[in-house]
Amino acid sequence: MRRACPSRRFFVFLRSLTVVLLVIVGCGEDAGSPAAAEPTVEPPPTQEPAPEPSPPPPPESAPEPPPEPLPPPEPAPEPGEITVVTHDSFAVSVGIIESFEESTGITVNLLTGEDTGSMLSQVILTKDNPIADVVYGIDNTFLQRALDEDLFIPYRSPATESVPAELQLDPQDRVTPIDYGDVCVNYWIDATDGPPPETLEDLADPRHAGSFVTQNPETSSPGLAFLLATVAAFGVDGWEDYWTGLRAGGVSVTAGWSEAYFGEFVAGGGDRALVTSYATSPVAEVLFADPPTDSPPTGVLTDGCFRQIEFAGILAGTSNLAGAQAFVDFMLSDTFQEDIPLNMFVFPASGTAQVPEVFATHAVAVPEPLSLDPALIATERDNWTRRWVEIVLR
Amino acid sequence: MATRHAGERTGGNAGAGTGRRRGRVRGPRARRARIAPVALAALPAAFIGVFFLYPLVGVLVRSFDAGVLLATWRNPVTTDVLWFTTWQALASTGLCLVAALPTAAVLARLRFRGRRLVHALLVVPFVLPTVVVAAAFLSLMDRFGLADRFHHTVWAILAAHVFFNYAIIARSVAAYWSQLDPAPEQAAAVLGASPLRVFGAVTLPRLAPAVGAVTAIVFLFNFTSFGVILILGGPRRATLDTEIWRFAVQRLEFDTAAALALLQLLCVLLLVVGATLWQRRRQVAERLRTDTARRVRGAADRVLLAGTLGVASAVVGLPLAMLVERSLRSGGTYTLENYRRLGESSERLQALFVSPLAAIRHSLEFAATATVIATIGGLLVAVAVSGRRKRGAAALEGAFLMPLGTSAVILGFGMLLVLDSPPLDLRLSWWLVPIAHALIGMPFVIRSVTPALAAVSPRLREAAATLGARPARVKREVDLPLALRGLAVGAGFAFAVSLGEFGATAFVVRPERPTVPIAIFRLLGRPGEAAFGQAMAMSVILLVMAAAAVLLIDRLRPAGAADF
Repeated sequence: MRRACPSRRFFVFLRSLTVVLLVIVGCGEDAGSPAAAEPTVEPPPTQEPAPEPSPPPPPESAPEPPPEPLPPPEPAPEPGEITVVTHDSFAVSVGIIESFEESTGITVNLLTGEDTGSMLSQVILTKDNPIADVVYGIDNTFLQRALDEDLFIPYRSPATESVPAELQLDPQDRVTPIDYGDVCVNYWIDATDGPPPETLEDLADPRHAGSFVTQNPETSSPGLAFLLATVAAFGVDGWEDYWTGLRAGGVSVTAGWSEAYFGEFVAGGGDRALVTSYATSPVAEVLFADPPTDSPPTGVLTDGCFRQIEFAGILAGTSNLAGAQAFVDFMLSDTFQEDIPLNMFVFPASGTAQVPEVFATHAVAVPEPLSLDPALIATERDNWTRRWVEIVLR
Repeated sequence: MATRHAGERTGGNAGAGTGRRRGRVRGPRARRARIAPVALAALPAAFIGVFFLYPLVGVLVRSFDAGVLLATWRNPVTTDVLWFTTWQALASTGLCLVAALPTAAVLARLRFRGRRLVHALLVVPFVLPTVVVAAAFLSLMDRFGLADRFHHTVWAILAAHVFFNYAIIARSVAAYWSQLDPAPEQAAAVLGASPLRVFGAVTLPRLAPAVGAVTAIVFLFNFTSFGVILILGGPRRATLDTEIWRFAVQRLEFDTAAALALLQLLCVLLLVVGATLWQRRRQVAERLRTDTARRVRGAADRVLLAGTLGVASAVVGLPLAMLVERSLRSGGTYTLENYRRLGESSERLQALFVSPLAAIRHSLEFAATATVIATIGGLLVAVAVSGRRKRGAAALEGAFLMPLGTSAVILGFGMLLVLDSPPLDLRLSWWLVPIAHALIGMPFVIRSVTPALAAVSPRLREAAATLGARPARVKREVDLPLALRGLAVGAGFAFAVSLGEFGATAFVVRPERPTVPIAIFRLLGRPGEAAFGQAMAMSVILLVMAAAAVLLIDRLRPAGAADF
C-alpha cells in the first residue's frame, strides 16, 4: 500500500506540471485573442503551425475587389505571401504593413536576425533555398559583400526616381536605397570639459578624448562607421596617427552601442561626455525624455560623420517575384517612408516623403557627411579593423 | 533480471488505469527488459539528433575548408583564445563551487522559514540579460568607488560568472544533499571526527556525483561565455564563442568560424566524456530520503544560516537590488513611472514590437512548451541511463550536454540551413524557439535527476521485485519518487533557461513575437532616459516571472513524498 503513494504522487506532479504549463500557454492565447481585436502590436498571426487552430480570419478570406492598381506598368501582383528578413532595429507603426497587406492581398511575414551582419550571414548561408523574398537593412559597409555573393534579382522600382542619385550606389539596381543616417559623435551638453569639440581634431584633444567612448569596429556597426569616417577624413595613411592620438588621450572602447551609450556615456549614469552615436540621437532623447522636454540634453559633432545608407534587395530564388517587387515599391511609398524617421531614427530615402516635425527640428543636419566606396570597404575593412585593434586595444 | 515474480498479479491497489497499462505490454519479458531503456531514450535521442546534430553537421559541412582549418588551428592567436577561454572557465567554475557549496549545505540540512523562497530567488540571475547585469554590476561598483578598477577586467568576468551560475550548483547539489541519509556523518562525528574532517572524508565523496554532474554544466556555460566576455570583459578579451560569432556575423568568414566551432566542439566533447566517466565512477548506492533537513536549533545553526544567507545576498542580492532601485528611478525621483509606461504600451513601444504584455505572453508560451519537452525528454533519458553501467549509457548522457557547449550562432545557422524543407520546414515556425530552448533545458533535467536515480540502492529495487513488482513498476514506484526533487529543480532551470535565453531566440524569432529579453534589448537599442528606465522595469518583471515560475514548479512537487 505504501508504495502506491509515491507513485501516485509522482504522476500527480507530472500531470499538474503539464496542466499548469499548458494552462499558461492556453491563457496566453486567450489573452491574445481579445488583444488582437484591439489595435495591437501584432499583425494577425498568419501562416502558423503554432497552437492556435482558429485564428482571426486571414485577410485573403475576404477578398477585396481587385487590389488597388499600384504602378500601372507593373502586372497586378499575385496575392500570396512574402517573407521579409531584416535586422533587429527594424520598427514600424501599427497599420503600415497592414495597409500593404490590405491593398495587395499579400501576407507579409517578418523575420529578424540580430544585427545587420547576422542578418546578412543568414541570407548568404541560406541562398540556395532563400529564407525570405526580400532583405531589408543591408548598409553600405556590408553592401559589396552582399553583391559579391550574387544574392539579388535586379529590380528598379518606379519610385526610385524620387531617390537622390547619391544614395543609389548600385548602378545595376540589385539593391534599392530605402533610408540613410549619419553616424556622428554626440556629446552631453552639460558634461563636456569646456565648449564641445567642433572638429575631429578637437576630439583628439586629451580634454575630450579622455571622456570619449566609442565602439569596437570589429563588433559594432556604429563603431565601424566611425572608424571609416576617420579613414575618409584623414586618408588611408593618416587615420592610424589619429587613433594613436585618441588612445593616448584616453578613449574608451566598448563592444556595442548600448554599453557605450547607456553604460559609459552620461545618459545611462556613466561619466563620459562624448559617445559615438547617430545624428538623430537627439530626436530620441526628446521623444523618450523623462521628464518630457523640448530641448535634447545632447548635441552632435557634425564634423567626421559617416553616412550609412540602408538598402533592400529581392533575393534570387524568391517564389513570389511580383509580391517582392510590390513590397519594394511599398517601402519607397510615402506611407512607409514617412513612418521611418520616428521608428528607426533615420532619414527616408525618397525625396517626396515628409519628415515629421519633431524629427526635422531635432535631427541634426550634417552638411558634409563622409563616405567611402563600398568596394574599397569590402577589400580593406579587415585590414583596417585589424590595424585598429593593434593601435587602440593592444 | 528479477522478473520471475512478476506473474500476472494485479496489485491490489492498482486502479483500472494501471491494469490497462499493464495489459498493453506484451512479448518475452527478458527481451523487453533489455529493450525498454533503449526505447525510452529513443525519442529524446531522435530529438537531439534532428534538432542538434543534423543542423550542426549541416552547417559545419557547408562551411568546412581544410586549409583554413589548419591555418586557424595553427594560428597563435587561436591558441591564446583557447587558453583564455579555458582558464577563465576553470577559475569561474572553481569560484562558483567555493561560493555555492556552503549555500547548498545550509539549504540541504537546515529547515527554516523562507527556504523555498531562497531556493527560488537563487534562480533569478539566470534569466537576466547580460547587458542589464552589466549595468547593475557597474552601478554597484560605482557605489564602492571601484568601477574603474573593475570594469573591463578579468575580475568582472569572474564575478559575473559566479553571479549567473551560483544557483545551478547551489540548487542542484542541495536537492541531492537533502536526500542523503545523515547517519554516516553522525557516525563519523560520534567517532570523534571534526566537522571539517566529516565534510572532507564523508560528505564530499558522497556528494561527488551530484557536484560533478552540475559542475560540468557550469563549466560548459563558462566555457561558451559570450555576453559577459564582450560587455564586462571589454574589447581586449575573446573566448572561442565570441570569436566564432565575430567571424561568422561580422566578417562573414564562415570557414574560419567553422574551424573555431570545430575546435570548441572537440574541447567540449573531451570534457563531456571525461566528466561523465568520472561521475559514473564515483557513483555509489545511497539510502536516499526525500528530505533530511532539520529545524534550525542553537546558536551555531543560526550563525551558519546567517552567514550563508549573507553570502547569497552579497553574490546575488546586491546586484539585483541595484537593478530594482534603477527601475524605480525616473525623472530624478523614485516612482513607479517606468512600470506605468510599460503598462500603457504606447504606440512607440508597439512600433518596436514591444508590447510588454505580449512579450510576457510569448515568453511564457515558449518557456512552458520548452519545459514540457525538456522535462519529459530529460526524464526519459535519465531513467534510461541510470543503473546502466555500459559505456553506451555514458555516451548517451554526455551527448545531451553538447548543446550547452555549442555556439548559439553556429547552431542557429545550422537550423536555418537544414530545417528548410518539408517535412521539417521550421524556419518560420513558432516551434523553432521552444525546440532550441528545450535543447538547453534538457541537460539540466538529466543532470538533476540522474544522480538520485543512480544512487538508489539496488537492494531497494530487489525488495520491490521480490514483492512482485515488474521492472517497469519498480522504476515507477521506487526510482521516480526519489527523482522528484531533482526533477523539480531541473524543470525549474529548464523554464528559467527558456525565459532568459537570448542568443538563439534573437536568431530565429519573428519580430512580432518578441520574448521579454528581446523586448529589453529593443528598448536598450535607442537613446532616451525613458527607454532605459523601461528596460530596467522590464528586467524586474522578468526576474519576478522567473522566481514565480520556480516557486510554482517547486510547489507542484509534493513535500515528503516518500521515505525509504
